[in-house]
Amino acid sequence: MSAGRVRWAIPLAVVPLLFLLAYGFRTDPREIPSPLVGKPAAPFTLTTFDGEPISLESLRGKVVVLNFWASWCYPACYEEAPVLERGWREYRDRSVMLVGINIQDKEEPARKFLQQFGHTFPNAPDPQGRVSVDYGVYGVPETFFIDRAGRVRAKHVGAVTEQIFRAQVERLATEPG
Amino acid sequence: MIPEVGFAATAVALGLAVYGGAAAVAGARSGRPALVQSAQHAALGVWILITACMGLMIYAFLTFDFSVRYVASNTNLGTPFYYRITALWGALEGSIILWAWMLALYTLIVVVQYRRRQPEFYPWVLAVLLGIAAFFLLVMTIPAPPFERLSPVPPDGRGLNPLLEDSGMITHPVALYLGFTGFTVPFAFAMAALATGRTGDEWIVITRRWTLIAWYFLSLGLLIGGWWSYHVLGWGGYWAWDPVENAAFMPWLTGTALLHSVMIQERRRMLKLWNVTLIILTFGLTLFGTFLTRSGIIGSVHSFTQGSIGAFFLGFLALVLLGAFSLLAWRMDRLRAQGDLDSILSRESAFLLNNLFLLAATFTVFFGTIFPLLSEALRGVKVSVGAPFFNLVNIPVFLTLLFLMGVGPLIAWRRASAEHLRRNFLRPVLAGIAAAAVFRLLGVGSTLVLLCLALVVFVTGTIALDFVRAARARRRTGDGWTTATLGLLLRQNRRYGGFTVHLGVLVVALGVAGSQAWSVQTETTLRKGESVELAGYRVRFDGLEASEESNHFKVTGAFTVSNGRDPLTVLYPARKFYPREQTPIAYVDYRLGLLEDIYLVLGDFARDGSQATLKLQVNRMVSWLWIGGVILTLGTALAVLPERRPA
Amino acid sequence: MTPPRARLLLASLLAVASLLTLVAGGAGAAAPVNEDAVREIAAQLRCVVCQNLSVADSPSETANQMRGIIRERLAAGDTPEQVMAYFVEKYGLWILLSPPKQGFNLLVWVVPFAGLGLGLAVVAVLLRRWSRRTAVPAAEAPAVDEAMRQRIRREMAELDR
Repeated sequence: MSAGRVRWAIPLAVVPLLFLLAYGFRTDPREIPSPLVGKPAAPFTLTTFDGEPISLESLRGKVVVLNFWASWCYPACYEEAPVLERGWREYRDRSVMLVGINIQDKEEPARKFLQQFGHTFPNAPDPQGRVSVDYGVYGVPETFFIDRAGRVRAKHVGAVTEQIFRAQVERLATEPG
Repeated sequence: MIPEVGFAATAVALGLAVYGGAAAVAGARSGRPALVQSAQHAALGVWILITACMGLMIYAFLTFDFSVRYVASNTNLGTPFYYRITALWGALEGSIILWAWMLALYTLIVVVQYRRRQPEFYPWVLAVLLGIAAFFLLVMTIPAPPFERLSPVPPDGRGLNPLLEDSGMITHPVALYLGFTGFTVPFAFAMAALATGRTGDEWIVITRRWTLIAWYFLSLGLLIGGWWSYHVLGWGGYWAWDPVENAAFMPWLTGTALLHSVMIQERRRMLKLWNVTLIILTFGLTLFGTFLTRSGIIGSVHSFTQGSIGAFFLGFLALVLLGAFSLLAWRMDRLRAQGDLDSILSRESAFLLNNLFLLAATFTVFFGTIFPLLSEALRGVKVSVGAPFFNLVNIPVFLTLLFLMGVGPLIAWRRASAEHLRRNFLRPVLAGIAAAAVFRLLGVGSTLVLLCLALVVFVTGTIALDFVRAARARRRTGDGWTTATLGLLLRQNRRYGGFTVHLGVLVVALGVAGSQAWSVQTETTLRKGESVELAGYRVRFDGLEASEESNHFKVTGAFTVSNGRDPLTVLYPARKFYPREQTPIAYVDYRLGLLEDIYLVLGDFARDGSQATLKLQVNRMVSWLWIGGVILTLGTALAVLPERRPA
Repeated sequence: MTPPRARLLLASLLAVASLLTLVAGGAGAAAPVNEDAVREIAAQLRCVVCQNLSVADSPSETANQMRGIIRERLAAGDTPEQVMAYFVEKYGLWILLSPPKQGFNLLVWVVPFAGLGLGLAVVAVLLRRWSRRTAVPAAEAPAVDEAMRQRIRREMAELDR
């Protein structure tokens, strides 16, 4: 092996690795992009806390905001709950539907949560987690924005803010049928 | 008051470390001992100040001083006494204090040991050590200051992460950090050797004991981590190939390689360049490990928070790797030595293969750990690389290493004749094959497990053969068996210490193989009075009990475990509900045995105690992991003793 | 009622009752699913809420529910591949605990072995080079006096054990 230039390859070989590690700062390992965006939303049929049935098919033609929550999800679910209720009241006349799905929870604390925030939109428990897995949910809260044709258009992980809610719903509500 | 005093102490320590490093370098180059002495005093000052910081923080914990943000984030009024002390290293900022403190302590020990004995190296070693200490003090000053003031002072703190309220928490980080920081000293010596051009064998012979002790603490830390995972996390496993586990495992692998190739340099004056590379790699991997844990670029059960601290560590890692490898490239000529062997069948070859396979394992673990990042950077696709990959690729490597462990210590240096091979290996090989046959007949089906068992028997055979022969030779001079044995162990303590360490590794290997191959589990929901059966045990659900602890609410289940007719024991797995945690924490209960552990995890339960979900595991051979650790300790203690010259 | 007729009535009642239980019981228990099969699939899926554990190992509720779904799908007749494909469809490739052995991901499976092979080649070359070198300078071995030779012999004997 010749001396001279070749030996400096050793320290230089380290550089690409350092760049790769630096790239790591721009990513968040906890954020996993959903493969469901752009695809038809998975159908479901559940019974709400009021005993009424609710299914995705019956909501075809409306913009559907599907929100997954749990009573132990503190503080995020507690932060977004009033935002959702307000958004519901504002947009319900524009053919927008808000559905809450309660996962991995017990009935009593879930009902207390609903009472605390006075939710008037339908909420249903998902006892075996089938719907949550069908939507690739890996934490709470997660919110899916589904268009009138029944396609998932966006997924938001974490508490939904007024801006996000408004931006997504406006976009989907004003889209031509 | 404490935040300000603590911060001041940190800042002064940083200044002293920087000054000391500069003074040591200046003293070395200009040959003025007064400067070097001044650097020594700076090192002492650094250690005193960091000790003061630790003392201040512990005092703040003990007095519930929530004006310190770190105290408020990691304890609350309900945290038990001993956890208030260990909370010092429970989160990022405090863990850096611990690291810095150990570094400063090691620096002091180096000062005391070598200031007179190694005048050429010593100033450079001191400079490097103080420079590294300065980095950690810098981290304590800017991105992760532990002494931040919290105002207004909250009435209560947040509390320690409940998973950390455990005895493993008290020992695991301490052992691990002693290991990580321990490798700094051989690294500093290597850099001193390169800087001064004295690239002979001195630096490595001096630091052999440091390397061994650092390696031991790292091994201990890994095993305790496995124990903690086993009895706290509730999944019944001890190793998950979690990125941070991998980050601690990699320097262990290269450290093991270093321990062995040092012997070649000692005896045959070969591999100097390789050994310097190995120590740079090992130290670099310890830095990489702390970088991974603290930068948050790869998700892990261990990760501390994300923040600018990652950038600091990456910068330092870059500095160290580029600097050290440049020094190496510069001095490469002086390090290259002629290797010479008489035959490919020799101890040198065995050790070279040992190094090769250990580094192959390191590379595998490294590549697997960063592959998700690579995939995302190059293709934007997130993938996972987990246990199935690591197990598949590493198992053949580890089995080969087991084999080499039997061959290496006995095969001759330079050249092993056919006669020599027959004398030393024929019987152990036959024993291994026989063992495989016996186990096959006993019902062991898996080829991998059979191979592992055969290799373990083979290696044990080589150790036993060597030992018996040597003791017998001693007895010829008239000693009894005990005197002969003791004499052998003490006179050739390095060799037999090494054998004992190998035995410890064998026991751990058996534990791993057995627990992976033979453990069973089941999950079921039981009504009060109902039982479930597994592997000859019957477990009956007796009832639930609720209790209020100092900082959490606990529901404990009582389960009677019987073997056949007689009840063996009652176990109390529980679920702990911490107010600040989103999901309950499982408290596992278990009954350990030499061959079998009974392991219970309480799942969901009905409020009225009428039924409960139970995960029941019968884990085999897991205790052998911990026993192996004890043997490893004994072996290291023996090997570390100062050598007695043969009479 | 005469005894024979009573017996007949009782027998038919019993028959109907057992038939009913059989049917009802049968409807509840679907195709019996091998728990090992469930575990095998679960061991290849990543638990989404705990870092780096498999769905088989994880004590979390999410993993529990996912195991339930695996069980259901296997009972409904899906093959293991179909069950895994379902999860990949919902969560992305990331949910597999180890990447599939195709395309770019083949790299992670191949590179370590390639590295080992390369290393073996390097070691082989080195060993051959080193063992050949000693053959040459034999004639130039420096003269060694008797005392030194004895000492060397003693120390070699010690080492070679």
